[in-house]
Amino acid sequence: MKPGPSYRILRAVVLTSLAIFALFPLYVMVMASLTPATRIQLGFEWFPSGLSFAAYSEMWRTIELLHFLINSTVVSFVTTVLSVVIGLLAGYAIVRHRFVGKGTILHAVMITQTFPGILFLLPLFILYVSIDRAIGLTLVGSYLGLVITYLSFSLPFTIWLMVGYLAGVAVDTEEAAMTDGCSRIEAFLRITLRIALPGVLAVAVFTFISAWSEVLFASVLTNEQTRTLPIGFQLFKNSHGTVQWNQLMAASLTMSVPMVVAFLWLQRYFVRGLSAGSDR
Amino acid sequence: MPVAGGPAVPRPPAYRPRRRWLRKSAPYFLMAPAVIAIVVVQVIPMIAAVGMSFLALNQFTIRDWTHAPFAGLANFAVVLGSWNVISQAFLTSFLVTVGYTVVIVAASCILGMLAAVFLADDMRGRRLLGSLFMLAFALPAFAAAILWTFMFQPHGAINVVLGNEFGLIPGDTFWFAGDKAFWAMCINTLWRTWPFAFLMFLPAVQSIPKELIEAARVDGASRWREFRSITLPSVSRITLLVALIISFWTFNDFTTPFIMFSTAAPKQADVLSLVIYRTSFVNLNFGLGSALSLLMVSFLVGFSILYIRLLRVDIGGADS
Repeated sequence: MKPGPSYRILRAVVLTSLAIFALFPLYVMVMASLTPATRIQLGFEWFPSGLSFAAYSEMWRTIELLHFLINSTVVSFVTTVLSVVIGLLAGYAIVRHRFVGKGTILHAVMITQTFPGILFLLPLFILYVSIDRAIGLTLVGSYLGLVITYLSFSLPFTIWLMVGYLAGVAVDTEEAAMTDGCSRIEAFLRITLRIALPGVLAVAVFTFISAWSEVLFASVLTNEQTRTLPIGFQLFKNSHGTVQWNQLMAASLTMSVPMVVAFLWLQRYFVRGLSAGSDR
Repeated sequence: MPVAGGPAVPRPPAYRPRRRWLRKSAPYFLMAPAVIAIVVVQVIPMIAAVGMSFLALNQFTIRDWTHAPFAGLANFAVVLGSWNVISQAFLTSFLVTVGYTVVIVAASCILGMLAAVFLADDMRGRRLLGSLFMLAFALPAFAAAILWTFMFQPHGAINVVLGNEFGLIPGDTFWFAGDKAFWAMCINTLWRTWPFAFLMFLPAVQSIPKELIEAARVDGASRWREFRSITLPSVSRITLLVALIISFWTFNDFTTPFIMFSTAAPKQADVLSLVIYRTSFVNLNFGLGSALSLLMVSFLVGFSILYIRLLRVDIGGADS
């Protein structure tokens, strides 16, 4: 049945407004990144003249962007790998085993997830300093400290999603493989993991993006050597307090595009996992 | 591995007594890494935060914090005991944070629902439009905050387009002070958050049985009636969950205000995370900072329990 004209007009108006709200800032971002330094301070223009890619090459020299990029990549990558492996182990235990304290652990884990990062920041900082003094393991200002922190805060969500994906694979499938002579580990790797793979990838991407975008802990737990992108970006403000907006926009865009592409690629698995976790 | 062509040998592990202890203890080994990571980085600091809130911890006592003087409830008394500058600032900040959360949750759910309902219709370009809506959510939060900070500059896109070109606002609006700072922060966050609501609502709206809707239309129900009587009840469960998730994100948000205002936000945009950060890391009053963060958490816990009890939301019920 065709919808009436007033409904269609309303729909068109709402969707157009939402599209403008969603896309206009992205247009501003792209245009600003292409605007030459001399014009960017003059204010917003729909079609600035003299567009060029200069900012995309200058940004690497204005701040130590490559250094920050390497820092962010190392921290996010290691966090993601550890989080996925540890999350899979825990998720598997929850889905396939009964054990004492399962419910308690799950609930406790979900509750801490709702607490503000600011609660943990200071005690964690002091704990890391104390560990350094006690056994000489540097956690403040090192990759390790950031990785451990991000790992811990990503795990509850990872486990929650893993439970959703792993539960989607029937026990029968896995047991069939085992009767065919696979060991439990083989059955898990070859059957369960293969079926759950898209979901696992979605979790990985989500963890990576979270670590990549984290500001609060990075602002305290990094030093000049280990500074990550979001903290390093503050340096686009020069000594006079003027921000080199065209380069900042170019850098933000460059460092965001891979995340956006990966997220859009895997978003449907992400939603499936979230709803699966809530339906059970 | 089975020999090709030969009979598969059944090896049900349950009948191998040698391995029984292994199977019994397996889940504990599997859980151990996750539990250790969470205990070290979350549970221990949380307990430490409680302890620290009873100490007179500042830049002088922090070096040897185990010997910092015991302050009893003094840190809490500063905020809750009497009416002074600090308690006033905390109350203001609390109200700002609640206001920020309510605005973002309500606006995100409304925009997300509108987009989901309209895009569930069978029409051309809906997949493309859906992906375009998602772009903002996929953008890292710090990049989004930098972008909006740029747009809210005195000669930025907002003032030029809405002010000079459309005349909806004064073209010389200053967005980083007073009430305007609050709304600038809200618009920034809303831009990134509503697509999440949309992302969660769309599958729920799409999974409503077509027959149900057809039947309603044959009976001559209006679109509004159809939305109220069919769509809304079908998505109420996921809506409650989405509202809860977004409210935690917003209430605990640090990235957006920190990038927009650094640690010196105007009081209308001075959210709790920022106040606590400043108390601890700028003013170096660590004991008070811990006490404030505990007050923030106790409110969150109280709110969650009420929300989940009253609305019977099932979160993290993976063990049920």
